[in-house]
Amino acid sequence: MAAFIIRRLFQSLIVMFFVAFVAFTMFRYVGDPVNQMVGIDTSLVQREALRERLGLNDPFIMQFGRFVLKALSGDFGISYQHKRPVTEMLLERFPATLELSLVSAIFSLLVGIPMGVYTGLHRYGWLSRFFMMFSLIGISLPTFLIGILLIFLFAVQLQWLPSFGRGTVIEIGGWRTGFLTISGLKALIMPAITLGLFQLTLIMRLVRAEMLEVLLTDYIKFARARGLSNKAIHFGHALKNTMVPVITITGLQIGSILAFAIITETVFQWPGMGLMFLQSIQNVDIPIMAAYLMMIAFFFVLINLVVDLLYYVVDPRLRVDAVKAHG
Amino acid sequence: MKKIVATLMLITLIGLVFSTAQAKTFRWAFQGDAQSLDPHSLNETFTLGLLGNVYEGLVRRDADLKIIPALAAEWQVVEPTRWRFKLRQGVTFHNGNKFNADDVLFSYGRAKMEGSDLTKCMATVKEVLKVDEYTVDFVTTTANPILTAEWSSCYIMDKEWSESNGAGSPTSVTEGKENHATRHANGTGPFVVVSRETDVKTVLKPNKHWWDTAQHNLTEVIFTPIGSDATRVAALLSGEIDMMYPVPVQDIQRVNSNEGTSAMLGPELRTIFLGMDQARDELLYSNVKGKNPFKDVRVREAFMLGINIEAIKKKVMRNLSAPAALMISPSLFTHSGQFSRPAYNPDRAKELLADAGYPEGFEVGMDCPNNRYVNDEKICQAVVAMLAKVGVKVNLLAQPKAQYFAKVLRPKWDTSFYLLGWTPGSFDSWNVLYNILGGPSEDGRGKFNLTGYSNARVDELTDKILVTTDAAKRDEMIREAYQITVDEHAYLPLHQQGLAWSKKDSVSLKQRADNQFMIYHVNLN
Repeated sequence: MAAFIIRRLFQSLIVMFFVAFVAFTMFRYVGDPVNQMVGIDTSLVQREALRERLGLNDPFIMQFGRFVLKALSGDFGISYQHKRPVTEMLLERFPATLELSLVSAIFSLLVGIPMGVYTGLHRYGWLSRFFMMFSLIGISLPTFLIGILLIFLFAVQLQWLPSFGRGTVIEIGGWRTGFLTISGLKALIMPAITLGLFQLTLIMRLVRAEMLEVLLTDYIKFARARGLSNKAIHFGHALKNTMVPVITITGLQIGSILAFAIITETVFQWPGMGLMFLQSIQNVDIPIMAAYLMMIAFFFVLINLVVDLLYYVVDPRLRVDAVKAHG
Repeated sequence: MKKIVATLMLITLIGLVFSTAQAKTFRWAFQGDAQSLDPHSLNETFTLGLLGNVYEGLVRRDADLKIIPALAAEWQVVEPTRWRFKLRQGVTFHNGNKFNADDVLFSYGRAKMEGSDLTKCMATVKEVLKVDEYTVDFVTTTANPILTAEWSSCYIMDKEWSESNGAGSPTSVTEGKENHATRHANGTGPFVVVSRETDVKTVLKPNKHWWDTAQHNLTEVIFTPIGSDATRVAALLSGEIDMMYPVPVQDIQRVNSNEGTSAMLGPELRTIFLGMDQARDELLYSNVKGKNPFKDVRVREAFMLGINIEAIKKKVMRNLSAPAALMISPSLFTHSGQFSRPAYNPDRAKELLADAGYPEGFEVGMDCPNNRYVNDEKICQAVVAMLAKVGVKVNLLAQPKAQYFAKVLRPKWDTSFYLLGWTPGSFDSWNVLYNILGGPSEDGRGKFNLTGYSNARVDELTDKILVTTDAAKRDEMIREAYQITVDEHAYLPLHQQGLAWSKKDSVSLKQRADNQFMIYHVNLN
């Protein structure tokens, strides 16, 4: 078991190293950071001096090596644009992104599963048809468009919800939360729906398909034959068995929620890491881009590691093989 | 006891209600944030504009952009190379420290340190001398009639505060640590920074001890950057913010038709123009080999005549532009009325191309930014379509500014035909003549002249213009220099893009043509 974890951790490190390498290779094509750091009046000599000070004239390998060495000690350098340590900036933005992702994931589960169950049970009901049509919209409309539509409906026309930002936040031990104020919660609604809509439709369709399949199995027929109530059959037996793939998909979708958060955060000016990343691309702020990509890579690696470990725990065959290999 | 508590609570509640009734909170948004609160970190319009509400320089500009006294009460030119500034007495910084000559010496010294992007403050300045507590002399290398022209954004910091907080020099990205002045400010200006979260929110409150009489009626100012155009417009329409800029040109109509909001339009100082490589013997991007068609003035004139600027104004800019005849905004040069733009004439353009030896036209590559100026990429696309009608096939490469500037600017200087915008920081023609129209040379002349255009007479006039103090003579020399460059079609000026701000009707404010927003002109009704 320990050997397995160590091996996996070692592989994770290799993956992150490659992400860093690929990211660094791409940075050569995103433009010149120096032009974004100085005003247009700044002379060529001064620009060249700045480029030299930043070490941008050094060979690629040297720049990369310097980055890796520093990153190993947790130092991602100082933002070209904001002149502040990147690690500190990411930590500052992390709560906003996490709260948004969390709420949208919960939203998509809480709404998606009942909708899926309903459409599975009442295949030809008019409400089911409506849900299915709605899910098509959710899957086919791009995130930014959904966000803008929501803004124009609920912020401009009805004026119920704020169109941007996080509202009033309260700081608890360095964690800025929007959960504790009315304006913070109101500000969370539209971004969370925008971000969660795609996951919602995905989960709904998944649950529906699984339900349809499970309802045809022998043990459900047997349960009916035994005269169990519909409620017990649908929720006690059928739904329980559809949950396994839903959990797997939800876990894997955490990564894509983080990725889609970039767009949602930009539309709603949500002060999270995604917004910061997008701005850093426009400004060629290499330290922020590098740190963000490393962090996302780390998340993915972590999620996959956890999934692998869960398989290891759940699936006895893996354990047997490991023993054989060592034995 | 209970009663006392209840009474106290009631009083506080009444106090709260009362104070909110009095509070005039002004909320506004811009498409980005100031990069830093350090006044020497970046020479950029928005950063310096926002800081202009907190910090002040020796001079400032009024709503019509005229230079007026600020921290210097008065000044005189003692001898051509020595300017004497009498400082305003009784001014204090936001932390209560007194303002005096030491702060001026410190701030101008800081402006030329490594890491400062405002070395322009010290251009032509040889040394700064303290005469007494409230008198400072600036000694210049040559006579410089426009010494104060670029100083409205050369802000004065408190020497004691800066040094005791480790902000004695501007933030250097290579140092690897944050400078106190990046997120804290201590100026003498009309507003005090209460809190700041970069890219999220900046809260200001009025400086009660400001030396000047406040003309605003605000009690609090909340600034939020909103990057997405649609969201920024929505925030104004929904009434969450009182003012925002820039308004995307396609949304001006919507803002105006909405009840209670309107757009404020005005000419901006920035001139958008096209440049043609006249330096290389063979263009980098063209099917003409062995020679450079742009070296022929007839080709350049043909390009000028082949572009229908009125159509660009109407279709691309939705009337939010002023077609330009010169490389400077007409409001910055007194004799600009003597110049007019030649009318659109595609037939004549074709003739000129045929005369120059290109009856079938030719191909040329064009570089264009797509997120720097108002509708920049669309302008370039229109130019491509118009030039196609006179036979020139333009291959357009439109890129984000980060890639675009890296490609076209020196040292790479990798372009044949490009679109650029320029605002002279000093609002004076010398800046344009030196940086854009001057022949490129090692000493910095023509550093943003990517065409390689060079005319000895223009350079000679430019040098004289810098040191001539007689305004009439100076203007005549400027006129002559512009005349030469217009006759030779050194560049292809397109237009001055328009300013588009928008606000609630209940807000009154002044729009400055340099696109800087001075909150001390805002009144909420």
